[in-house]
Amino acid sequence: MSSVTAPASQALEEPAAPAQRRWLLMTPAVGVLLLWMIVPLVMTLWFSFQRYNLLNPTVTGFAGLENYEFLVTDPDFWASLVNTLVLVGSVLVITVGLGTLLAVLFDQPFLGSGIARVLAISPFFVMPTVSALVWKNLMMHPIYGVLGALAHALGMPAVDWFADYPMFSVIVIVAWQWLPFALLILLTAIQSLDGEQKEAARMDGAGPIARFFFIILPHLGRAISVVVMMETIFLLTVFAEIFVTTSGGPGNATTNLAFLIYARALLQFDVGGGSAGGVVAIVLANIVAFFLVRSIARRLEV
Amino acid sequence: MATLALRNIRKSYLSFEVIKGINLDVADREFVVFVGPSGCGKSTLLRMIAGLEEITSGDLLIDGQRVNAIGPADRGLAMVFQSYALYPHMTVRQNMGFALRMARVPKQERERKVAEAARVLQLEPYLDRRPRELSGGQRQRVAIGRAIVRNPRVFLFDEPLSNLDAALRGQMRIELSRLHEALAATMVYVTHDQVEAMTMADKIVVLQSGRVEQVGSPLELYHRPANLFVAGFIGSPRMNLLPAQLGAEVGDGVMVELRGGERLMLPRPSGPVQPGQPVTLGIRPEALRPDPAGPLAGEVRMVERLGGLTLLHVGLANGQPLIVQIEGSDPTRAHTPIRLSIDAEACHLFDAEGQALPALHQHPLAA
Amino acid sequence: MRQTLLQRLLVTLLGWGVALLLFFPILWMALTSLKTEVGAIATPPQIAFTPVLDSYAEVLARADYLHFAFNSIAISVGGTVLALALGIPAAYVMAFHPTPRTRGTLLWMLSTKMLPPVGVLVPIYLLFRALGLLDSRTGLAVIYGLMNLPIVVWMLFTFFKEVPGEILEAGRMDGARTGAEFWHLLLPLTLPGIASTGLLSLILCWNEAFWSLNLTTAAAAPLTTFIASFSSPQGLFFAKLSAASTMAVAPILVFGWFCQRQLVRGLTFGAVK
Repeated sequence: MSSVTAPASQALEEPAAPAQRRWLLMTPAVGVLLLWMIVPLVMTLWFSFQRYNLLNPTVTGFAGLENYEFLVTDPDFWASLVNTLVLVGSVLVITVGLGTLLAVLFDQPFLGSGIARVLAISPFFVMPTVSALVWKNLMMHPIYGVLGALAHALGMPAVDWFADYPMFSVIVIVAWQWLPFALLILLTAIQSLDGEQKEAARMDGAGPIARFFFIILPHLGRAISVVVMMETIFLLTVFAEIFVTTSGGPGNATTNLAFLIYARALLQFDVGGGSAGGVVAIVLANIVAFFLVRSIARRLEV
Repeated sequence: MATLALRNIRKSYLSFEVIKGINLDVADREFVVFVGPSGCGKSTLLRMIAGLEEITSGDLLIDGQRVNAIGPADRGLAMVFQSYALYPHMTVRQNMGFALRMARVPKQERERKVAEAARVLQLEPYLDRRPRELSGGQRQRVAIGRAIVRNPRVFLFDEPLSNLDAALRGQMRIELSRLHEALAATMVYVTHDQVEAMTMADKIVVLQSGRVEQVGSPLELYHRPANLFVAGFIGSPRMNLLPAQLGAEVGDGVMVELRGGERLMLPRPSGPVQPGQPVTLGIRPEALRPDPAGPLAGEVRMVERLGGLTLLHVGLANGQPLIVQIEGSDPTRAHTPIRLSIDAEACHLFDAEGQALPALHQHPLAA
Repeated sequence: MRQTLLQRLLVTLLGWGVALLLFFPILWMALTSLKTEVGAIATPPQIAFTPVLDSYAEVLARADYLHFAFNSIAISVGGTVLALALGIPAAYVMAFHPTPRTRGTLLWMLSTKMLPPVGVLVPIYLLFRALGLLDSRTGLAVIYGLMNLPIVVWMLFTFFKEVPGEILEAGRMDGARTGAEFWHLLLPLTLPGIASTGLLSLILCWNEAFWSLNLTTAAAAPLTTFIASFSSPQGLFFAKLSAASTMAVAPILVFGWFCQRQLVRGLTFGAVK
């Protein structure tokens, strides 16, 4: 029998472990991400200290803290900050609270639970512009909307949601989109709970409510924190839903930070002011990101 | 023809040394088993031979040629992994032929070699199945077949039987020994199971924390353990180890006094003997037997009846526990007093450092 | 767990009730798309009606619907292919040949995902304007690829990590070098994982509505932008809005149902499986 072994002399010419060459495989991904992060970041920072308006190209130069000063003295900015926090906070409370309850519900076996679950998580896959318009026109329209018809049927006056309760309406849309996300992740987490642990708790005399508070909720702690942080990252920059429904109005009632920056930079062409807002958004997101990354790092096994 | 030589082989991770200078020669067609507790470095050593771990320093020679810098596929070795590591998406035939395909062996020759290996391993009916459709024992045989097909210079086995149940393990031990004979190949085998080591090896290498404790034939290790570690590791139930003190020499014998004051006459070690020297007395369980006139007195605490064997767990007067192994079913009951005598020729003495005091006479099979 | 009949009935009713409530807007959108324009704005809303496909026909008859749909497909596929092409080699190295730096690299990649898009909207807009990439499919595909790259690398990393190391070692013993290892072992073993990663990336690209609204207007505008144009007065054509929306949402809804579990893994960076 002939051996499949290559002659050792030939093999010797080939290095055993091309560890250095392997690193080349990583460089494209790392390189483009580095560019993707550094370049715009530096530009944003740079612009935020510049006088730079696309409509007025003659005014240029170092602005110092002028843009920031203008920003913090602008009542719209503070309103947008409050709006951002209200939006993020309300949606978080709704999605995590309801999401936990629904996750427990969908963890129960019932007839057709698989299909029901699929239906319940569907809103997450609907593109933001569609959800916003469906809610604005088909659901919340004061005359033709389903909610209006419902109110009418109950003998109540129809509500013009986006005129009378604009922020609430935006919160409803965004919560509708993100509730399935919380549900999906918390349900997955609940299902990873060891069945024997629940049985042991029953043997120890824990009723359903005690089991929820002492077994399920602690088990979900980590998943809940991930949901809170991931949602926060996305919710800080909700844009399309506002863009197609209220355009930040009426007045500045639904202008959040994302929409403010958009309006500054691309509607008023104030690059410097928009960039200063951008820096604020980055700082806000990084506070959350710090905790998120730290929490994920703890579980990361390499 | 394949010999293996390890010359002062070392392995460090950063500043942590896990293999601390190993010298070993493996002769052609020898079946060598690395055995030791988990974490002793036996698997690391095997993987270094395979080329899967880098050798920090020292030389690894295959057939006299240094192979440290040669990649795993080019050393002419084949390895059977603990998890079998079969390719789950390939059939048995493709699994066994993969190495040949990588080496660009023509399809016909490939088929022939796979068929040949399948015949030897009785895998012919399963050639077109995938690993998940096979039982544990069949998977094991495919893993071995994958190694055989390459006609390697040396076979490496990394705890290959540890995922099988006890009955299958016994069967595979016999099959592997048969295969070793049929292939007349050099094999290096890693296990933590001393039964596998004892039954299959030509030569056992006992490792502990990256060092070789003893190298020898199975019976050599059993009857002439070089130190306390090997004495305690090889043999089941374990050797009884009793603290003692040497007394006066009497002709070819020496008096040994136990903690409880019992005195035993044992064959004199071949080296110099100092009265009063603290030693450890090692007695295999089968070298003890109940004897109303015996020198050791104690109480039976528990009896394990295995049918063919009976194990008595005895507490000596000073509280020291002892295990006694008796052939057949012994009627002794628990919680009764007992006296034991000792087969003096089968006793071992170890000095304060745990090294064996060499005996004058050797067990005939352990020469 | 043992439940009384009443409890089970209650759970079933509650479960289905919640599911239908959450799904209702989508269902209503689909129903409205089958109504006539007049029927769509009837008060009280019609529940029983004769379904017509008029709105679909009208939306499709507008040649630009297909143009936007094509943009969506091209940009999503382009972005996904780019992310996979960059992500697979990187995840491979990190999963199978980790170094002390790997952990830090992974977490750094994750942190780039935390950069809020609005924070860098201005420079990206100006860069795109300077490079002539505004309203171009290429530009948006590149943005999408980069945007999803961290998620793609993470998901692939967790899938690759599940391949037993001994299988690849066996491959190395059998003579498979990096290329062969990838084609003959890794790719077939992780194809389901790579596919669901790609699917998740497609979903995220398809639904993305920040960059598409800000960087495209017509030529390269995907469906998200097209649908947004209904926010203007023509949005009152409820049936047509619904038909266009249904077509834009349906394929991704099906994809999403198929890869729920992988989605969890990807969106939580492996923290919840």
